[in-house]
Amino acid sequence: MENLTAFSFDLRKKVVEMIREGGGGHIGGDMSVIDILITLYFKQMNISPQNMDDPDRDRFVLSKGHSVEAYYAVLAAKGFFPMEEVIANFSKFGSKYIGHPNNKLPGIEMNSGSLGHGLPVCIGMALAGKMDKKDYRVYTVMGDGELAEGSVWEGAMAAGHYKLDNLCAVIDRNRLQISGCTEDVMAHDSQIERWKSFGWHVVNVENGNSIEQLNAAFDEAKAAKGQPTLVLANTTKGFGSSVMENKAGWHHHVPSEEEYTQIMADLDARKEAALHE
Amino acid sequence: MSNKIPNRQAICEVLMDKVQTDKDIVVLCSDSRGSASMTPFADAFPDNFIEVGIAEQNLVSISAGLAKCGKKPFAASPACFLSTRSYEQAKVDCAYSNTNVTLIGISGGISYGALGMSHHSAQDIAAMSAIPNMRVYLPSDRHQTKHLIEALLKDDKPAYIRVGRNPVEDIYTEEDCPFTMDQATVLCEGTDVALIACGEMVKPAKDAAKLLNEQGISATVLDMYCVKPLDKQAIVKAAQNAKVVLTIEEHAPFGGLGSMVSQVVGEECPRTVVNLALPDAPVITGTSKEVFDHYGLNAEGIAKKAAELVK
Repeated sequence: MENLTAFSFDLRKKVVEMIREGGGGHIGGDMSVIDILITLYFKQMNISPQNMDDPDRDRFVLSKGHSVEAYYAVLAAKGFFPMEEVIANFSKFGSKYIGHPNNKLPGIEMNSGSLGHGLPVCIGMALAGKMDKKDYRVYTVMGDGELAEGSVWEGAMAAGHYKLDNLCAVIDRNRLQISGCTEDVMAHDSQIERWKSFGWHVVNVENGNSIEQLNAAFDEAKAAKGQPTLVLANTTKGFGSSVMENKAGWHHHVPSEEEYTQIMADLDARKEAALHE
Repeated sequence: MSNKIPNRQAICEVLMDKVQTDKDIVVLCSDSRGSASMTPFADAFPDNFIEVGIAEQNLVSISAGLAKCGKKPFAASPACFLSTRSYEQAKVDCAYSNTNVTLIGISGGISYGALGMSHHSAQDIAAMSAIPNMRVYLPSDRHQTKHLIEALLKDDKPAYIRVGRNPVEDIYTEEDCPFTMDQATVLCEGTDVALIACGEMVKPAKDAAKLLNEQGISATVLDMYCVKPLDKQAIVKAAQNAKVVLTIEEHAPFGGLGSMVSQVVGEECPRTVVNLALPDAPVITGTSKEVFDHYGLNAEGIAKKAAELVK
């Protein structure tokens, strides 16, 4: 995959199609998180349909499970299941492609959907890796609104205590949640200090929608020894189209025909720009 | 009481034995190693023991993550917290994700008698049984507890076990402990009343059968340690042979063993079913024995109720 940035806009179009077809979906967060997922699955993690049962594979848990459409698009692009099958069946009656991750599908380790579970689960995976002296790494992605869940901080404490340097947690810091700005709902704009105080190495990614910057952050995380790493990815909710960007109303929304046309045109334009950068 | 070994200690002893040949066994505690009788395990096998601090949600999720990577975690924490504070983790990370986690609710029911309702778990059977893919076991004595843990080590599905804090009188012996996974144990058979009990209520049910026998009333006693999956066949057989069914449990009156047995009997072989349980209220202050005696959850109370029903 030569130009992952251009590719990210193709995958965003798949997400829009999925949501249109399924009649619902968390589109805003899909658009903010997808670059994180692409970087992990196409640049960083040792995971593919060929090694998905290998005990040495890297592990991933999408803690912000509501961004499942972006996750499905990336997993399909990676070859875990057919993209067209997901788009045609997403959220349909009896479908296996439900509105949150489910580990009956290939490539998905854990069921999620309720927030604040991914980090503690990944701590168990990281501890198992340490016990078995394996080299695999464990990744989870949380939303920023999710950080109000107390279990996140139980996990933050334990990962720091156990110095889990095989664990990397990512925050999709798009600053919006369903009710509005995260700082208005429950202020927590001091993540760097907070995670450091729990014993974590923190990497602040200025542009969390830049695959290049994200990739450098994950390289830094791998090099950090003796403590877990938190990647604070400062993203834009709805990234890819001015129709959606930084609008809380697009947390969960199905584009109208008019919006759909504009979004697809915007994503094409962004892709073109990325190809000529 | 001749037996001094609580069921929680029996669990620790089995795990200490098995971990020597199975390095994937992991015990997790939430600042609860002492009350779980797991200190000997933690001291002898520090590499197979994980302390998570007072954080039950973390306890259960970490267990699920370990299980997903091939470990066999046993998470031991007071039943009152394990079955409520971390209920969602049990539901999503253990049951829904289908991870091989054994949740051990220690000091279950009203073991912490005088400590008040915050420390009682009179709702755990109902709560845990309502989760799809979660199994629920309440072993009755230390010998059965040992067999249960050995059986759970042979499968890879989630389960919740409740044991009490105090030693309970032996029902079985080391040599004579009939045990088939997910099948109730028939302690005696009779034709007047079927006594169906679980956990610490099995011993008083067994003793009640003796008292009833002295009055010329014959009773079946079922040790329904497997609350879920419930041994329906054993219930139907016992109920069909009896005039009335009496269930006994250390649990709230709703959603527990009594409710489940009533469903089965109502559907399969309708007859009177009466549930002896704790009240739908904070229980009276006292030791376990004082509380059980107060609510008639003892041999005399069970026999009295059974005799009334039979007449």
